[in-house]
Amino acid sequence: MSTDATTQTTAAPEGAAVRQAVAVAERPPRASAASAALAFGWRGMLKVKHVPEQLLDVTITPVMFVLMFTYLFGGAIAGSTGEYRDFILPGLLVMSVTFTTVYAGVAINTDLTKGVVDRFRSLPIWRPAPLLGALLGDTVRYLVGGTVIIVVGLILGYRPENGPLGVLAAVGLVIVFSFGLSWVFTTMGLIMRSPNAVMNAGFMSIFPLTFLSNVYVEPETLPAGLEAFVNANPISHLVSACRGLMDGSVQGSDLVVVFGTAALLTAVFLPLTTRLYRRG
Amino acid sequence: MATQATLAIEASDLAKSFGETTAVDGVSLAVRTGSVYGVLGPNGAGKTTTIKMLATLLRPDSGSAKVLGQDVVADGDAVRQRVSLTGQLASVDEDLTGRENLILLARLLGFKREPAKARADELLEAFNLADAAGRLVKNYSGGMRRRLDVAASLVVRPEVMFLDEPTTGLDPRSRNQVWDIIRALSGAGTTILLCTQYLEEADQLCDGIAVIDHGKVIAEGTPAQLKASVGSAALHVRLLEPEQRPEAERVLAGKLDCSVTLENDPAALSAPCADADAAASAVDELGRNGIEVAGFSLGQPSLDEVFLALTGHPAEEQAENGAEPQKEEAA
Repeated sequence: MSTDATTQTTAAPEGAAVRQAVAVAERPPRASAASAALAFGWRGMLKVKHVPEQLLDVTITPVMFVLMFTYLFGGAIAGSTGEYRDFILPGLLVMSVTFTTVYAGVAINTDLTKGVVDRFRSLPIWRPAPLLGALLGDTVRYLVGGTVIIVVGLILGYRPENGPLGVLAAVGLVIVFSFGLSWVFTTMGLIMRSPNAVMNAGFMSIFPLTFLSNVYVEPETLPAGLEAFVNANPISHLVSACRGLMDGSVQGSDLVVVFGTAALLTAVFLPLTTRLYRRG
Repeated sequence: MATQATLAIEASDLAKSFGETTAVDGVSLAVRTGSVYGVLGPNGAGKTTTIKMLATLLRPDSGSAKVLGQDVVADGDAVRQRVSLTGQLASVDEDLTGRENLILLARLLGFKREPAKARADELLEAFNLADAAGRLVKNYSGGMRRRLDVAASLVVRPEVMFLDEPTTGLDPRSRNQVWDIIRALSGAGTTILLCTQYLEEADQLCDGIAVIDHGKVIAEGTPAQLKASVGSAALHVRLLEPEQRPEAERVLAGKLDCSVTLENDPAALSAPCADADAAASAVDELGRNGIEVAGFSLGQPSLDEVFLALTGHPAEEQAENGAEPQKEEAA
């Protein structure tokens, strides 16, 4: 299969063959909303299949985070690396997966620079399907990223008190939240001019949101104003909920904030994204 | 109404601006069902914007359009069910293989898993892409990509197909392949709206043409009508020595008593002339003046001349692209 495309000779398509291929009158019933979205999800997976390197950011980066934070700050912040590892692992799960949501916006902006979006927009399909499908594909990346964090943690000796089910629930919760958060970045992706601009603006917003939370330190150690911000930050509630799910002390109020935020972001930004996508 | 039943596309006074720029400034079109209709104009004339409004991708600022009797704004979804668009940029996903592209579209158009694969393979076969089916589209040649692009528009046979500059950037052989496909499609009963900046292409394929410039339709008719509208037949002369052209221009102007047009080809010139005898004696006169003639012909004006006459400026890229197909056909 190393034949150069330009040197390969292909005969002209026969007019008759083309006529025959288009003579087929079969017109299947319109694709359902779900099957259209799933088809776009499949598209996202195919891209990962063809360029597996794009999973590097959800595999290598989390490993780096866990090692760096545990061994660099563990002694200074929590007195021991083991204790800090247990404290920070749910937080790193949240951080590395929410970072990945920025790429949803980058991907959609990249798509827009190509002609294929015009074709999608000219199809008789449920309008949000391309966007929803792309995010469905992204959830697979989130799952991979989350799994890597947990596995590295287990290797370093992390033993979640609430067992595998608690961990699964935490990963699931992070994915639900990230799904909601992704819509913010897809909106950005449709407004901004280049994939790079989306990347920069995306990380400029996600960095403060994750760092100014309870991922790394207990909020009580912070100045009053900052503490208030950290406590209000939905990321903090997500981190608390994950810690709770993994050690068995989950608070209902944290879950309410997490689900509420995800629902609110989706309710506002999904229609906005769909509208913007439609206009092109 | 009887006329509506036979019109696949009716646009009236469509207009669209982007900020300060008026892209389309009151375009009206009437395209008969089953015809191949050309929208001809230079880059930036408003062709793509017009086609996007008709394909429901852009909402017109004013004016209205019906495709297959359905309003493109109010019934956009119904229109999308029955048309397909092949955009100016190849509208396929470069990061997937050719086969995956077609399966994806088949799935989106309602095919179940297995029928979608079968339909993809059928199209790959018909468009001679079976060998490249498993390769990523980014590694395709321009011609292959275009064929896949057209195939992607035909997963379900559309009643109206919009083609935006389908042969721009293709080599002559690939271009001829795309032309054959368009003829085959038209033969199968699909109405085709074709945007092009190549006069030759419109001449070859279209039953009707609208010439568009600065967002306005400046002329409309069959290729023959447009040619006739510019005036009578013309004498075309090609010289052996381009340096002799000013001299030839003077001789022809004197002999035929008319103004002589200098073509883009530095050795060619033409003059309006309907009479074969007068043409023959004019060519004769060139010889008597020591001007060597490589060839001459008496014929209908070309669409290039139509374009020049209508707009006052030649079609863009005429020298590069408009002239090339003729060379290739002569060879």
